[in-house]
Amino acid sequence: MTVLSLRNVHKNFGETSIIRGVDLDIHEGEKHAIIGPNGAGKSTLFHLISGRYHVSSGTILYKDEEIQNKTPYEINRLGLARSFQVTNIFPRLNVFENIRCALLWSHGYAYSFWQLLGRQQALNDNAMEVLQQIGLENRANYPAGELAYAQQRALELGIAVASGADLIMLDEPVAGMSHSEAEKAVQLIRKITQGKTLIMVEHDMNIVFDVADKISVLVYGEIIASDSPENIRGNARVQEAYLGEVVSGA
Amino acid sequence: MKTLVKKISPWIGYLLLLLLLPQFFDSVLAVSIFNQMAIAIVFALSYNMLLGQGGMLSFGHAVYFGLGGFLAVHALILIEFETLTFSIIYIPLVGGLFGLLAALFIGSFSTRKAGTVFAMISLGVGELIAASSLIFVSFFGGEAGVSGDRTYGPPFFGVEFFQNIEIYYLAAAWVFIATLFMYLFTQTPAGRMANAVRDNPERAEFIGYSARWVRFISFAAAGFFAGVAGGLFALNYEFITEENLNAVTSGRVLLMAYIGGLGYFIGPIIGAVVLTLMNSLLSNYTELWMLYLGILFVLTVMFLPRGFAGFIMMHQLAWTRGKLKSLALPYVKTGVPATVFLAICVALIELSHVEGEALHYLGLELSQDSGLTWALLLIAATAAFIATRKTLPQLRNAWIEANHMEDSSGEADP
Repeated sequence: MTVLSLRNVHKNFGETSIIRGVDLDIHEGEKHAIIGPNGAGKSTLFHLISGRYHVSSGTILYKDEEIQNKTPYEINRLGLARSFQVTNIFPRLNVFENIRCALLWSHGYAYSFWQLLGRQQALNDNAMEVLQQIGLENRANYPAGELAYAQQRALELGIAVASGADLIMLDEPVAGMSHSEAEKAVQLIRKITQGKTLIMVEHDMNIVFDVADKISVLVYGEIIASDSPENIRGNARVQEAYLGEVVSGA
Repeated sequence: MKTLVKKISPWIGYLLLLLLLPQFFDSVLAVSIFNQMAIAIVFALSYNMLLGQGGMLSFGHAVYFGLGGFLAVHALILIEFETLTFSIIYIPLVGGLFGLLAALFIGSFSTRKAGTVFAMISLGVGELIAASSLIFVSFFGGEAGVSGDRTYGPPFFGVEFFQNIEIYYLAAAWVFIATLFMYLFTQTPAGRMANAVRDNPERAEFIGYSARWVRFISFAAAGFFAGVAGGLFALNYEFITEENLNAVTSGRVLLMAYIGGLGYFIGPIIGAVVLTLMNSLLSNYTELWMLYLGILFVLTVMFLPRGFAGFIMMHQLAWTRGKLKSLALPYVKTGVPATVFLAICVALIELSHVEGEALHYLGLELSQDSGLTWALLLIAATAAFIATRKTLPQLRNAWIEANHMEDSSGEADP
């Protein structure tokens, strides 16, 4: 079943076309990587799907509902969560509060000002579970802004997946990590996206081929290929446009 | 059970303090100061719902305080003429509801954005309301303001509120309730999301929350409690004027919250107490108290960015390790010359301000015309300043020592 579907999506910033007619289908349970050279529009595409930017033209369907003009919070409430390339957490809240905030809406609290958080057993247990999953349970009381970089990245992932969204979008989840940190992060991504649909932008080709079961290649605002990892490796256009040098270099 | 006791005991202490204060200080002046403190505490806490907890810098929070106060005085007048018959103990609630109403209206457009946009709108709305208070004379009473009488209305268990001490106990009850509810608000989903939106409004939107709605709810709650404070003001003074909703009052509440410490719930309470004391006591001694208030604010911003509460909390780690004692001597060593330095600075300021006559200061008689006096003061100030600078590194080292991690168990990576 197709979960997310982009139809002829365009995005211009003034005169400049960044996304130039993207068609893309994401199927349920897929681990879909989007790759492409710098400036190809990968992050812009993410921002369009998650509602940070509005499309210039075209439609985005999430479970058959048009979402291209919705706000980020409306899209999130439909079950689509994302992480950011640059760590985007709540720095003055502690680690536990970061996760608990990410859980609030899906637990149905909305804007409640008549319930005390301390008494919400199910919510608090769930927050601790997520902390254990991302390996930060003994950092629960640390201000998030004081965590080490790799831990902040783990928290970033935790916030994205905490709400139990069906579709997770990760924007360069291992950027800036050391090799061993990245390896841990990949295991974590596997664990927390189990049974969910994943869309991932990533530059590290080892990780892309390791995690993804489908890869789309975005070059200058257009998808030039969308296929299984093996076929992408063998695709001449992709080789030419982008991949060859990176793979041989890696 | 143990955690419950731990949670409740500060509140019992707070309640006892509120109730027992007039037992220790029962002069007319003291009670009048306590009443001012009570009003200031509620007002400053409500302001911190915006700035400290919600990240909204408002230059117009007195609008909700003043509007609540004006409606409260009008309610007093209606009670006096028996159009309304309820006990005046509910007057702060009347003020609160009107503050809420005003905040719902103004917040509906001002909370769209935080940051500069919000600050500018708050400033504009503040000026607008202050200006209209001189135009809509029937409600605001022009420059004279409006006045009422709190002694009408059905007595509350025989109390008719003729005396300030009776108002104090009423105010104390309201302060306690308002403080409790403002604290509880911080523990709710809406209150916690206010912190999240303060930290990172963008990310809040990607976890399902509209930053604008979150801000709007905090804004409305802050308006309500500011109105409660305005109602307490109306009860205490029985009159209210344009001055109580203009930019000066808005500025003062900002100072209170900031000096006390924005990051801590208790901060604005400390700020309200300190500023009320300065306002009412210092002004007896010097005409220049506003200058000292300004200096205090600048020094706080520069050296204690987290306010008095932040300064106290800085010692938590040393306290839990039992190392506070090792800080005492260095504090005295630096504190004494620093205090001397500040005292001489005050002498210099006052001496330049005093006209013609001699200045009586700390048992000394200083003459403005004596060049020797000026020279001695300047030399003493320089000496005290140098002594402060010389001892500062010792204090810094003692501080680092007291907070130094001996066991790295808390810091080690898993």
